[in-house]
Amino acid sequence: MTVTRPPELGTENPFLPPTDDVTPIEQAAPIPPEPERRRLRVVDVEDRACLAGSAAAGLSLTWVLYSRILPTEGTLGFIVCWWLSFTAFYLLITGLRRGRVVLADRFAVLLAHSAAGLIGIALASVIGYTLYRGLRALGHWNFFTSDLRTAGPLEPLSAGGALHALAGTLIQISMAIAVTLPLGVLCAVYLTEVGGQASKLVRSVVEAMTALPSIVAGLFAYVVLLIGLGMRLSGFVAAMAISVMMLPIIARSAEVVLRLVPSGLREASLALGATQWRTVWSVVLPTARPGLATALVLGTARGIGETSPVLLTAGFTTYLNLNPFSGPMVSLPLFTFKMSQSPEENYISRAFGAAALLLVLVLLLFAFSRWMASRGRSGTR
Amino acid sequence: MSESTVQQTPRRLRASLAPSDLIFRLVARGGGGLVLLITGGIGVFLAYQAKPTLQTYGWKFFTEQAWQPEANQIGVAAVLFGTVVIATIAIALSFPVALATALFITEWAPRGLKKTLVALVDLMVAVPSIVYGLWGFFLLQPWIIHLSRWITDFFGWIPIFRVDSDPDAAIFDGATYASSAFIAGVVVAMMVMPIACAVMREVFDQTPMGEREAALALGSTSWGVVRAVVLPFGRGGIIGGTMLGLGRALGETIAVVMIVSPLFEINWHVLQSGSITISSMIALRYGEASGSQLNALMAAGLVLFIITLIVNLIAGFVVSRSRSGAGTEI
Repeated sequence: MTVTRPPELGTENPFLPPTDDVTPIEQAAPIPPEPERRRLRVVDVEDRACLAGSAAAGLSLTWVLYSRILPTEGTLGFIVCWWLSFTAFYLLITGLRRGRVVLADRFAVLLAHSAAGLIGIALASVIGYTLYRGLRALGHWNFFTSDLRTAGPLEPLSAGGALHALAGTLIQISMAIAVTLPLGVLCAVYLTEVGGQASKLVRSVVEAMTALPSIVAGLFAYVVLLIGLGMRLSGFVAAMAISVMMLPIIARSAEVVLRLVPSGLREASLALGATQWRTVWSVVLPTARPGLATALVLGTARGIGETSPVLLTAGFTTYLNLNPFSGPMVSLPLFTFKMSQSPEENYISRAFGAAALLLVLVLLLFAFSRWMASRGRSGTR
Repeated sequence: MSESTVQQTPRRLRASLAPSDLIFRLVARGGGGLVLLITGGIGVFLAYQAKPTLQTYGWKFFTEQAWQPEANQIGVAAVLFGTVVIATIAIALSFPVALATALFITEWAPRGLKKTLVALVDLMVAVPSIVYGLWGFFLLQPWIIHLSRWITDFFGWIPIFRVDSDPDAAIFDGATYASSAFIAGVVVAMMVMPIACAVMREVFDQTPMGEREAALALGSTSWGVVRAVVLPFGRGGIIGGTMLGLGRALGETIAVVMIVSPLFEINWHVLQSGSITISSMIALRYGEASGSQLNALMAAGLVLFIITLIVNLIAGFVVSRSRSGAGTEI
């Protein structure tokens, strides 16, 4: 006994569309290149009204209870209570109108939107607050043109600046890039192109070392270079500490990028008689260039903002020092940290100025990496 | 004797490398070896430097709370506790938000906004920790101590939320609530959230379209799709992303240094001032340390490194073992 039987001639199968509607394939209109998307979530007027009504009801209830009746105060509490009552009203109305399934759906959507909104506000407040407080110091041109040698804690913001920290950051990160970029890419080339037994070990060690806390990298540089080799606090030692931290990150992300190069390109190059070295230099690396640049830029953004390795190795100075091999050299994060420890209002403003400058540098690097990535995507096939 | 019976041996392929390739391989191997030497050297060096401390103090190193090298009392119990507590608070706060935000970006965000949101989350990863530290100290702390007081008022009967201060004091004693593990945890949560969110988002994005459509065709709501398809598919990403965030939270230094006031004892009252983590202890104590004290700090650093290493290894293992990324073809 079969459950499904072929429909007998003459009887209509309700599960099939009427046959005379089906157009033969030969006559079918060409498929439009961009078929119209079916909208899965339709928000109708009723839903919008429900949302707006719940928000208004929540606001009113919170205002009455929170501000008038209960002994509660504070903006934060008000917003939280408003959100809670809004959610309660919204769920109540949805539950009355629709079933349990829709209720769960609306609740999840609401939670997701709220979480994203919370994060958006948090990010905006982090960036906005830093830039806002930083403007007081950044507004003075001398912030970019002079160091802090003459400006004590009580000196107004129109004297002294963070030129030495900016210069220190640029020098240290350049040295760190000069060390980590060739080494990291070479290591990635070794892992993807040469391989062999030892590559597994190298790969796992590099991967493990991305877990290295930055302070431990700083302590390592401190103990080896300063205590062990007897060097003095200097920009070079700080750059080495940053390199130790950045090297595994860059090597790992470079390897990921190189592994994405299609092997067909390599084989084509080898089949044309190119040596492996030629293949790597003229095919693999150029193909991976946008990805490598992104990896480098993101590694740089990480390295430029790290305070802890620099804290142990760079020393602190208020003088502009352009020689990374002698004398302490301060960088923007370290300058920010030291200034923020001071109780003086002007020093704190300088800290925010340096932090804002650092943030702008990171934002620029970030935008640059996005630009590189998008350029790479459109350029490669 | 026909030709077909001739023994057929595979032709031996013998590639002789060009001199340039020999040099290339040598250089590449050298680079790999050097990276291995540098990165692996840290681990070996840390272990070597930590050895005398661990030998001298033995198990007491893990049970002693005080860190007073001058009194010959050295132990990581308090710092380890603080590290774990702050990381736990950070993960507990960031996990739900990261998960919901990742789901929002993949499932519910307007199509045109998605790229921007992804970029914003990535941007949040790139913001330096010192900026989060400043934000936490100057903007968040004056606000959040009121939240701390509120939690103490209503949930003070739970031991960890208790604060040793007079709740009915005429003047609000903000200093008792400031510089606590809770506030440091909130700031670290801000740093950890985008990392976890980025990993989760990436995995959710790879959910096979066919399975999504199957769920929709069966009449499920968008939450039904998430619950039945996206979350089970992305479980590896959820766990792995959280673990990666945990690894970062354990090692965070400068924001914690800026916020907590150092206290070298196990402080269960997370809302009350005073805590310490391994990394912030290193940042605070390296300057006055010498010789054996540095060895002790290295030992503490080794403990931290081993913990983060284990966490990251588990994260990598979970992500690679999960079905995520191996989409079914429909």
